[in-house]
Amino acid sequence: MADKNTQTNAAYEKVMAARDAKKLTAIDYIANMFGDSFIELHGDRRYSDDKAIIAGLGMLYDTPVTVIGIEKGRNTKERMERNFGQAHPEGYRKALRLMKQAEKFRRPVLCLVDTSGAYPGIGAEERGQGQAIAENLMEMMTLKTPILTILIGEGGSGGALALAVADEVWMLENSVYSVISPEGCASILWKDSAKAPQAAEALRMTAQDLFGLGVVERIIRQPKAEDKAMFESLKLLVSRTFEKNLKLSDEELTENRYARFRRIGNAQGGSLD
Amino acid sequence: MDLFAFVKPKNELESSAEKQQNVPFVPEEMWIKCPKCNTMLLTTDMEENLHVCTHCDHHFRISAKQRLRLLADKHSFTEQDAQLTSSNLLDFPGYDEKLKKAKKKSNESVICGECRIGGIPTEICVMDADFMMGSMGTVTGEKITRAFERATENRLPVVVCTVSGGARMQEGILSLMQMAKTSGAVKRHSDAGLLYITVLTDPTTGGVTASFAMEGDIILAEPNALVAFAGPRVIEQTMRQKLPKDFQTSEFVMQKGFIDAVVTRGKLKQTISKLLKMHGYKEAE
Ligand SMILES: [Zn+2]
Repeated sequence: MADKNTQTNAAYEKVMAARDAKKLTAIDYIANMFGDSFIELHGDRRYSDDKAIIAGLGMLYDTPVTVIGIEKGRNTKERMERNFGQAHPEGYRKALRLMKQAEKFRRPVLCLVDTSGAYPGIGAEERGQGQAIAENLMEMMTLKTPILTILIGEGGSGGALALAVADEVWMLENSVYSVISPEGCASILWKDSAKAPQAAEALRMTAQDLFGLGVVERIIRQPKAEDKAMFESLKLLVSRTFEKNLKLSDEELTENRYARFRRIGNAQGGSLD
Repeated sequence: MDLFAFVKPKNELESSAEKQQNVPFVPEEMWIKCPKCNTMLLTTDMEENLHVCTHCDHHFRISAKQRLRLLADKHSFTEQDAQLTSSNLLDFPGYDEKLKKAKKKSNESVICGECRIGGIPTEICVMDADFMMGSMGTVTGEKITRAFERATENRLPVVVCTVSGGARMQEGILSLMQMAKTSGAVKRHSDAGLLYITVLTDPTTGGVTASFAMEGDIILAEPNALVAFAGPRVIEQTMRQKLPKDFQTSEFVMQKGFIDAVVTRGKLKQTISKLLKMHGYKEAE
């Protein structure tokens, strides 16, 4: 065991790595996994097309897949355009529309999550950010087609969970997933955002922590852009998981998904099993 | 982004919250000043008027027990899962002390059980601001989930009264997971064709807004309650711009299309009991 200081730094270094502007974004994953087969589908058919979420159809070997990714952007111009990967309600509604479409054709859904959180703004509140997230949570729980979520960077609270009610949730080795940012946590609890590293440790937000808590099923090695072999093995892993879950009946599939979340904090006093 | 921050209510509401904490409604307290209209109110009058200002209609915050008394028929409530109590699952620094303090004020963040409303058997969950501002921990999520599962089993309608500062950050990711867990239980109850009514009270924010608070078949709210996902302070910090007037009040959120009706405290019980009847639920023998 490292001493307390090193531990603290390790957790916060993971946070920094998850936020690294140079790391791959959802677009890179889509390009590497689906190549030319990807067709982007836009809009929530209600209000607009939220560019913080990129979604569409692609072929995973011989299987058509619905893919929904939160996109942070790869340079300043893209980041502005993508609102830094902070979705509005219409983004979550676009995601839900395409998930329902996937359900109709029993097409598996792959969600790629990378966001500091749902956008906290006037328009987002006026158009029901809370309601949009809540509806996704409800509908995803009983969606009658396989869902797999991979956290490829930051998983920021409700805005991440709205795409992570899945049969399995995987995390990249340098990704984080938390109910609140360590800076936010430190400034609320200790009135000092400089204590973010301590908060990062206390929140237990790294992939390794969450695997230990039984909240995620798998930790994935961090791929690099030119790492074809790594993406090939990721494709294979995703494909096998979908294959396995496509064999289940609707009842088995949704029962398993409910049980996955049901067991978290169900013991007396709320401990984990 | 501090989306699930323990959102502080707006100034006037803030002072009302402080007032309530500092000046509890005990018999020896004769007078209380309304934070909205500054009228001095007699505490006995206030109690008679359901803790609503007799002058300006300002709805004071009430405890879960007071609200339960307001909604449930006399002697009809049977509490369930009272043994479930929050603990420091992640060894979060300082959480043990916070829990100890909270438990002196209230048993838990939510009270759940079966009651009758206008004679109709109903599963009811009432969140309690006196317990860490109604923040959602694993026990909160577990109790609400169990309530929905019981109601699905017994084919009962559910009424949930929300009040919450958001997620319980001391429980980290486990707190976040409660949003998914409760939503799943609400969905199963809904798929069974059963009625779910939410009553949003001041404040309802963060992870509770983004889960079971916004999932009711019918969503009611008390007047002038703060109803938000990201609280006003978070938005002001991010946007650095002034918020519209009455932003995120229940009336505002209703006007935007996300609340069915704003109902004053005095009419809450009769409204709920009418709705239950209209959905075919019968009075118990
Ligand atoms: Zn008044």
